[in-house]
Amino acid sequence: MPYISNTPADQQAMLEAIGIGSLEDLFAAIPAELRLNRPLAIGPALTEMELTTHLTQLAERNSPAGKKVCFLGGGSYDHFIPAIVDTIASRGEFYTSYTPYQPEASQGNLQVFFEYQTLITQLTGMDVSNASLYDGGSAVAEAALMAISATGRHGRVVTARSVHPEYRQILATYLANLGVELVTVGAADGTISPAELQAAVSRDTACVLVQHPNFFGCLEAVDELTAIAREAGALMVVSVDPLSLGLLKRPGDYGADIVVAEGQSLGTPMSYGGPYLGIIACRDQFVRRLPGRIAGETVDRRGKRCFVLTLQTREQHIRREKATSNICTNQGLFALRATVYLSALGPQGLRETAELCLRKAHYAAGRLTGESSFQLAFAQPTFKEFVVRAPGQDVAALLERACEAGYLAGIALGRWYEELSDCFLVTVTEKRSRAEIDGLATCLEKLTRPMVAKKKTHA
Amino acid sequence: MRNTRATQLLFELSRPGRRSARLPAADVPAVPLETLVPRAALATAPPPLPELTEPELVRHFTNLSTQNMSVDTHFYPLGSCTMKYNPKRNERLASLSGMVDLHPYQSESTLQGLLELLHDLQEILAEISGLPAVSLQPAAGAHGELTALLVAAAHFRQLGQTRTKVLAPDSAHGTNPASAAMAGFDTVTVKSTPAGYVDMDDLAAKLDGETAVFMITNPNTLGMFDRHIADIARRVHDVGGLIYLDGANMNAILGITRPGDFGADMMHFNPHKTFSGPHGGGGPGAGPIAVSETLAPYLPVPIVTRDGDRFRLDFDRPHSIGRVRAFFGNVGVLVRAYCYIRTHGPEGLRRVAENAILNANYLLSKVKHIFPVPQGDRCMHEFVASAQKLKSDRGVSAMDIAKRLLDYGFHAPTVYFPSTVRESMMIEPTETESKETLDAFAQTLFRISEEPPDLLHEAPHTTSISRPDEVRAARQSLVAWRAAK
Repeated sequence: MPYISNTPADQQAMLEAIGIGSLEDLFAAIPAELRLNRPLAIGPALTEMELTTHLTQLAERNSPAGKKVCFLGGGSYDHFIPAIVDTIASRGEFYTSYTPYQPEASQGNLQVFFEYQTLITQLTGMDVSNASLYDGGSAVAEAALMAISATGRHGRVVTARSVHPEYRQILATYLANLGVELVTVGAADGTISPAELQAAVSRDTACVLVQHPNFFGCLEAVDELTAIAREAGALMVVSVDPLSLGLLKRPGDYGADIVVAEGQSLGTPMSYGGPYLGIIACRDQFVRRLPGRIAGETVDRRGKRCFVLTLQTREQHIRREKATSNICTNQGLFALRATVYLSALGPQGLRETAELCLRKAHYAAGRLTGESSFQLAFAQPTFKEFVVRAPGQDVAALLERACEAGYLAGIALGRWYEELSDCFLVTVTEKRSRAEIDGLATCLEKLTRPMVAKKKTHA
Repeated sequence: MRNTRATQLLFELSRPGRRSARLPAADVPAVPLETLVPRAALATAPPPLPELTEPELVRHFTNLSTQNMSVDTHFYPLGSCTMKYNPKRNERLASLSGMVDLHPYQSESTLQGLLELLHDLQEILAEISGLPAVSLQPAAGAHGELTALLVAAAHFRQLGQTRTKVLAPDSAHGTNPASAAMAGFDTVTVKSTPAGYVDMDDLAAKLDGETAVFMITNPNTLGMFDRHIADIARRVHDVGGLIYLDGANMNAILGITRPGDFGADMMHFNPHKTFSGPHGGGGPGAGPIAVSETLAPYLPVPIVTRDGDRFRLDFDRPHSIGRVRAFFGNVGVLVRAYCYIRTHGPEGLRRVAENAILNANYLLSKVKHIFPVPQGDRCMHEFVASAQKLKSDRGVSAMDIAKRLLDYGFHAPTVYFPSTVRESMMIEPTETESKETLDAFAQTLFRISEEPPDLLHEAPHTTSISRPDEVRAARQSLVAWRAAK
């Protein structure tokens, strides 16, 4: 076996030291009738060479971004990752260590967590951050639970259709047995109508939960929405795209109480949806209700500054059923990646990245809707994503044909929004070139050109 | 040679005007930003992130990394965490562009290789668990617990039964009661016997028609296989309840016994433990769950299914609880687990369990003379030793021993868990350690047990910091750096 050191001679010596005759005797505690008396029915062992061939063959049957031009988003993005992120994150001292239970043996991780938490507060304008959650979706649910406990309001959580539909599904699943009503307001023109939100919020509302920029890429009227939440005594929870904060006002500056985000954009590959990075940050007053690990500064016995896991009385290993959350394993490696990424970009790099996304996305929106039959579904201002309406088209088939032509052109919205069944969501990151955008526009135009016109060209 | 500047923070190293990453100029027409986004939505300045050059960053993070102990550098017998070797081939293969540069909303036709892998992994986990239906969605073990409890709740709702209680032994991981509370259940603690097994009388007293689930870790956190497990399962099933197996300790029973065969209705795997996903300083993990045929309809969506030679995602599951996570799951961790399992094959997985148990029992046989193991002379993959005698005789605590081990180049065991053993040290050597390492560790424990208490109270002596003031950390709650005013 490749990773086991014990030779038959070692095993013999060890069995003698233990005082038993055979390996089989080690399982004496397992009643014979409960044993599996056959080999597991799984594939045979593969050597490294065989495994490499096998995985390479499987990988070749996938079409990664790079082989196809990626205009997909919706919470997972093809952003550029500087080499330094991979270099640092692939150091064994980081990726083969675990939760820093022994601070003296984990100052590397603990300082990185402290730096990560600081970067997240700088990015969001909030007071405190934890050291990571699983992903942006479960972070939304954790934020809602946090708001329920902080306000003591068990009546309802108010969200909107412009929040990522899978995030809302998670929220519904988490709330299913807690007796808290999930109220979802509409977003008919692509954003939340303040009047509609106002009508949905009541004195038993724990929080208002919005996404900005929202799932359609549109900017919500966050100032107004925050005021509505505030007036009802509900907490304002905002799910953001962290890269948008290179340009947009920070949630802390418009009065959000809890901020959550999918941190994948910050230096983590798309990896078919995970592992990612759940970001959660809040105002000081809620720090003791935050879920998950938190690193804090202190001094050691010689008075030297150092870092430890702190406020652990919130956590499951101390508080058990009274903990703020059940989270134990988190996403430390991706908190590290985000730390390296954000410090490599710095304020200017973050701003430039956000600007490139914004400019290219607007250029793409113009190109895609300019001369074709496509329209923008919503008139609201957008960041790096926008919804295209393709009247009369079978969107799924159109996207499949664009894929054959080399473009991951967009996400069909019909599966979540019946009224948007002729629409798809297009995302443009800083990685997309003008030539690629023009190529997509030409491709979609060709694919939707009426047959008569096609014949005419050939005539 | 230790780098003394290594502990400055990024924010202290920052100087205005320094940069690392540079971005290309826009290749699309330049238009004023205000024409694209309303001025009111724009920030007046970018976030105040630190400014450093790439060489500074590399040195900073590389120096920080050297302040960690890790599996690649040290023996890491952290009980319950299964800190085994993380194969490098898995890192390389999981990083193939055809595996890692995939978007979660790509069409199935562009993902056939990955979907096949995930489908195979579902079947492999079903075979290893003896439970036929698998969801790969949960992001970690505790997340798997929550998911399975939500599945159980949906099942009882479908049956029209109101069951409010989740039972778990006092030696259970803290995640068990915490997950039960998050799923909306009341938790009830069941006592353990002095030998570490479920107290059958206490279980009988607490089981009733309100019991939804009994959560059990088997082998348990004391490293013991509960031989009454079939009886426990029968009693729980008799009142209409379900058995949940916390799979944290699957490393001990791979190919030897299967949870589905000893009565479990649902369980989670910890691929980052059992199947050697690197722990990443706290994560990522993954928490796939396996459940019985009865519970299969309630699993989260989607599940990978096979139609002939095509693989697709099945979202059409009307009884599903919905989702616990966006997208498919922690796929990168699952690909590594698949690589690990395929490297071992059926015989290899059994060897993993055998050697994990052999190493633990060998180490127990050496350690018990220094630190008694209340549960006796045998264990599965880990054992819990007690420093209580040393504490009473010489005032040396389990924490002192843990800290002193760091001086000798060993990571500490898990200490003070489970709380059912006083001054506990939970030691899990894993199968990837050699006899020489185990001998050296045992000798070091012996040596430490003879060292002067004062030396131990102030240990460690060789690390960059020693005995941080945790009370002060909690009191001052300084959890982000602030610029000096």
